[in-house]
Amino acid sequence: MRGGDRRRSALPHIAAIDEKRVGAAEAMSSAISSEDSIEVPARPRRWHILVFLLPAVIVYSAVMILPLIETLRLSLFNTVDGQSTFVGLSNFQVLFGDERWAADFWRALKNNFIFFAIHMLVQNPLGIALAAMLSIPKLRLATFYRTAIFMPTILSFVIVGFIWKLILSPIWGITPFFMDLVGLKSLFGPWLGKPGSALITVSLISVWQNVGIPMMLIYAALLNIPDEVIEAAECDGITGWSQFWKIKLPLVLPAIGMVSILTFVGNFNAFDLIYTVQGALAGPDGATDILGTLLYRTFFGFQLQLGDRSMGATIATVMFLIILAGVSLYLFGIQRRVRRYQF
Amino acid sequence: MTRTTLKGLLLASSILGSAGLAHAEDVTLTIESWRNDDLTIWQEKLIPAFEAKNPGIKVVFAPTAPTEYNAALNAKLDAGSAGDLVTCRPFDASLELYNKKHLADLTGLAGMENFSPVAKAAWTTDDGAATFCVPMASVIHGFIYNKDAFDKLGIAIPATEADFFAALDKIKADGTYIPLAMGTKDLWEAATMGYQNIGPTYWKGEEGRAALIKGEQKLTDADWVEPYKVLAKWKDYLGDGFEAQTYPDSQNLFTLGRAAIYPAGSWEIGLFNTQAQFKMGAFPPPVKAAGDACYISDHNDIGVGLNAKSAHPEEAKKLLSWIASPEFADIYANSLPGFFSLNSTPVVMKDPLAQEFVSWREKCKPTIRSTYQILSRGTPNLENETWVESANVINGTDTPEVAAEKLQKGLDSWYKPAK
Repeated sequence: MRGGDRRRSALPHIAAIDEKRVGAAEAMSSAISSEDSIEVPARPRRWHILVFLLPAVIVYSAVMILPLIETLRLSLFNTVDGQSTFVGLSNFQVLFGDERWAADFWRALKNNFIFFAIHMLVQNPLGIALAAMLSIPKLRLATFYRTAIFMPTILSFVIVGFIWKLILSPIWGITPFFMDLVGLKSLFGPWLGKPGSALITVSLISVWQNVGIPMMLIYAALLNIPDEVIEAAECDGITGWSQFWKIKLPLVLPAIGMVSILTFVGNFNAFDLIYTVQGALAGPDGATDILGTLLYRTFFGFQLQLGDRSMGATIATVMFLIILAGVSLYLFGIQRRVRRYQF
Repeated sequence: MTRTTLKGLLLASSILGSAGLAHAEDVTLTIESWRNDDLTIWQEKLIPAFEAKNPGIKVVFAPTAPTEYNAALNAKLDAGSAGDLVTCRPFDASLELYNKKHLADLTGLAGMENFSPVAKAAWTTDDGAATFCVPMASVIHGFIYNKDAFDKLGIAIPATEADFFAALDKIKADGTYIPLAMGTKDLWEAATMGYQNIGPTYWKGEEGRAALIKGEQKLTDADWVEPYKVLAKWKDYLGDGFEAQTYPDSQNLFTLGRAAIYPAGSWEIGLFNTQAQFKMGAFPPPVKAAGDACYISDHNDIGVGLNAKSAHPEEAKKLLSWIASPEFADIYANSLPGFFSLNSTPVVMKDPLAQEFVSWREKCKPTIRSTYQILSRGTPNLENETWVESANVINGTDTPEVAAEKLQKGLDSWYKPAK
């Protein structure tokens, strides 16, 4: 049921690659010994592959690869006496060596990890729980819930930030009013303005916005589980909670892995929500400053601070490396070990 | 029929043609600006007034969106397609344009003598040798108060720091109004409306600012820490949840009549006049003890410079001289209450609130925001740090001493005062 099928299904693909290699080798040899006429008539070069790939490759290179390379290059340059000069790794030396830069950077990185941790601990379990509930066949209005929960994801972060700032506002917000109704007014605080709670609050807003994505992905994975498997489990007496833990959860584990890595990449690239809710200085006292906002301030400048493109590119490079390391760790360390089941 | 049409056409073209000729002798000057809001004032009041006196010169006011202005202007100047006159941002942004020789030196321009050195500081080279923009407008800091609330509670306008806190206590005890409408969420409110508003009184305005730039004073000196100590006391008089109160929140709290005193910048006047349903008054930052000299932050905001590549520098200079004249100041300041002319000749303002603000110039010594000139060139940026630390002090995250120490340390890390 597992493994073998997959390998078989992958076979034609491998064959295709082999064919291509052979084709390329033939093409090469024909190019070298084109004067030898004894040769087996070479297969025509398959230009169409190149032609069909080209538009995507050009667009992708222009908007992704080139800017990335340019960013990496820029991080090795700095302005010396008004001239852009190659400075090797000295920008990185400043970022990690200079007391202030390092303090800013490590604080942003720490906040970013907290931001990520909250998403992993709240958003993803919540997404799984919602997906599990939605997949209960007897649930009424499932489509409505699904749409309602997914809706914030398609809202602009500007709207989300603005709405939540209003909801949580101690002056006009409805939160103090509602908490008063249930007698919890004393627990209310200006959460977005306190260094201790601001980051958690913003993270939870982001969770609220994005919980639809893990929910949908895991919901789809849950729907993919064939009824026979569930029925077999029921025959063996596995129902209810234990069915979820023992049958369904292991089967959607690859989807959860996927969701986790998407969360990781999304969180370490995050910027927009913090910027709209807390501003570019990511206050109070830098409590919500993550790598994205630090990069923005450094690269584009803010208020009287002029932009520093080299240091900005340096931070961007470090962000790229962090995400690269995280994704690689997942790809080589975890994804290969995750058991996949195919039906 | 056809013939008459043809004749008509010929006639028309000859007239139009000659009219075109007459116009070609006119010089058209274009002004680059980010002040979209001022377009009608220029078109309806300023330009006609200038053109009436200077036949042969036509003026076009061509604003760009504020956020795009700097980038668009740089690109146009590099390409040589920028207008003859350029609206100048204060300090480093314009200084860079001058250093790149995009802006002409206007030190000797007729009309420049109408401005004090402080007014020109935002557009003068560090050594003070050259001025490259005509100062146009400034904003003044102070406090706007709800006159009805003051009358009801029987509070007189506070002149000293002690009076100020006594008034706040009284408002707080009464409970009808939030004493001070200010929040720390947006950070800059705490710095701009707080620290830079009351600060000059303690560091003695220009004297302290110049000493700071020269390195003779430090932000950790008593004169610079004291405004933070005062600011820390504000905490008790702010509204509930001020930590999450944003700038628009503060504005609304005040204009809805829920707060009694608003630490303000004069740019609020226009908006407040349309929104507030009660009588408003204003008072300058209270002095420490009765009889002390008072200081106000009269911060340069807008100037006008001459594009060095302008094809009509003589005509452009005429316009600049006019912008430097009391006549321009009068029209401009009265059309935009809250944006004050920097001209030394006092302008008669029709708006009572604006009048009150500008009257302080006569009794108090003006200065500009301490962090704007030179001191915010490096990283960490002193202005941004001041935002953060001012909010920290009010929130109680940092003590005034710690905040000052952090600021000075950040400044020391890159700024070496010229000996």
